[in-house]
Amino acid sequence: MPRVHIDVMLKDEILDPQGQAVQRALPTLGYEAVRNVRIGKHIELDVSDDTDLPSMIDGLAGQLLANPVIEQFTWRVDTD
Amino acid sequence: MRIGVLVFPGTCDDRDAAQAVAAIGHTPVRLWHATSDLHGVDAVVLPGGFSYGDYLRAGAIARFAPAVRGVVGFAERGGPVLGICNGFQVLCEAGMLPGALTRNARLRFVHRVQHLRLEAPTDRGRVVQIPVKHGEGRYVHPAPHDLDAAGQVFARYCGPDGSTGSEVNPNGSVDNIAGVTNAAGNVIGLMPHPEHAVDPLLGSTDGRLVLTRAFGAAVAP
Repeated sequence: MPRVHIDVMLKDEILDPQGQAVQRALPTLGYEAVRNVRIGKHIELDVSDDTDLPSMIDGLAGQLLANPVIEQFTWRVDTD
Repeated sequence: MRIGVLVFPGTCDDRDAAQAVAAIGHTPVRLWHATSDLHGVDAVVLPGGFSYGDYLRAGAIARFAPAVRGVVGFAERGGPVLGICNGFQVLCEAGMLPGALTRNARLRFVHRVQHLRLEAPTDRGRVVQIPVKHGEGRYVHPAPHDLDAAGQVFARYCGPDGSTGSEVNPNGSVDNIAGVTNAAGNVIGLMPHPEHAVDPLLGSTDGRLVLTRAFGAAVAP
């Protein structure tokens, strides 16, 4: 059964205050080299064999998992 | 008018919304999320709260509720619909309003009395005081000037004199936008809470004007 991994991120032009807050915390741990942090969601789906993955993922990610006004998604598939 | 107040699991401002509807002389009718039957109401309010726990994104799951399907049809027939706070988020997620709402720019939950400048033609430039209380109220739209040109900006965050600098913007919303309408003008989304400002005890009665305008925004079907 294939496992689909979907990453949903805010679009590059959308401010990510959560990422900024984490980025500002890192120097206090000594990690001065981190210049930018963006935070998103990782979603895993177990899908029946013989599924038309590209059309299914475009449909469910475009309509629900990501909001196309502010977010973009990428996906990849693992097969056991 | 009979005004429906939509209740999802996790809605928390429905009682205030119903009281505010009554305070301006209308009859509130509670509508449960699980049915698309709107019981013949003349307008619908989607109140604030955390529908379905705001899982995934605020409003993302509520949009699939049978009641929202009913509201979509109601709005297409010209019925007045007002989404407040979480209700605004639901209407954006449902594609009934342009744009989206996401985390406040400074990551703080904001809870304060806020000046708003009304932008609808009937009250253009009028400054009112309405409370805000939200963590995900930053309005995002790729072309806010198009909204302005189309007359779809309903209200902006402002100072006491109506000025709209970034220092009076509580959440980083683009162009200080606090509320928008759909192209037809009968669906309105507003991040601040007019239902919390209908009694002098609460510090402001300006919410009465905003609610009256919202319910009068269209001809009831």
